Amino acid sequence: MPTFYGKEIASRLMLGTAQYPSPAILADAFRRSDAGIATVSVRREAGGEKAGQDFWALIQDLGVAVLPNTAGCHSVREAITTAQMARELFDTNWIKLEVIGHADTLQPDPFGLVEAAAQLTDDGFEVFPYCTEDLVLCERLVQVGCKVLMPWGAPIGTGLGLNNIYGLRSLRAHFPEISLVVDAGLGLPSQAAHAIELGYDAVLLNTAVAKAGDPAAMAEGFARAVEAGALAAEADPMEPRDMAAPSTPVLGKAFL
Amino acid sequence: MKIIVNGEAVETGSPNLADLLAELGKGDAKVATSLNEAFVPKALRETQALTDGDRIEIVAPRQGG
Repeated sequence: MPTFYGKEIASRLMLGTAQYPSPAILADAFRRSDAGIATVSVRREAGGEKAGQDFWALIQDLGVAVLPNTAGCHSVREAITTAQMARELFDTNWIKLEVIGHADTLQPDPFGLVEAAAQLTDDGFEVFPYCTEDLVLCERLVQVGCKVLMPWGAPIGTGLGLNNIYGLRSLRAHFPEISLVVDAGLGLPSQAAHAIELGYDAVLLNTAVAKAGDPAAMAEGFARAVEAGALAAEADPMEPRDMAAPSTPVLGKAFL
Repeated sequence: MKIIVNGEAVETGSPNLADLLAELGKGDAKVATSLNEAFVPKALRETQALTDGDRIEIVAPRQGG
């Protein structure tokens, strides 16, 4: 099972908490997902409303570890202040660090990401950087202290799956000691299974479950997929080959 | 004095951040705060004086991906 900054989590599925049709459906989806980590955010609370307080009560009832994010931050300063507020609110050093560099694709800003990760690590945070599969970027993130890397499969919310399997496989080979999570872009359980088959420790997704017609059923689908992927990864899969090779013995075939 | 709270102009007599939260009915709420884009820890809210034009952010736990 995956370990993040020394904490073992009994699931390879990390699930977001946004965009569900209702709090009850969110809770049901979490139960059927067996997810061990929930991502959350910090946002303004207007006037006298208590939405944030109610949401926090719901999350506590789920009994999962909480990973706050810096979603929507486009600068290092924004991300750091948001992380500091999240640490106090959620009482955790964990932070899913997002420094967005491009408005249309929500692609991470690699330069700001490394700078923010370095400052946050120095300040005692345990950083889960939302990054691309760029090998040099990931090396820099590890150099500044990240023990988890979270490359995207595809842009957030697209459901396109694993866009660069070579790049993801390359990261796994280069960072055998780092916990790797495919974060963002997954749309189907088969894509999650593929990520785990590549040797990834976990997957993080939100929209694929929350926006499914039946979020709880999709959550269970992802739960089974990551289990299937883990079984396959541990079972030493066969090497693919170009030429056909008969599986039924040729020897002993009737001469007709 | 006039300050900006979560992007909206607010007239307040609260001398510090802790008093402002109480004035807004968030004295006991699970919130985090920043002043002029810098984080202000809960323990420092009482000593964090407010001045005209300050920009305050008050945030709470929310759904996220």
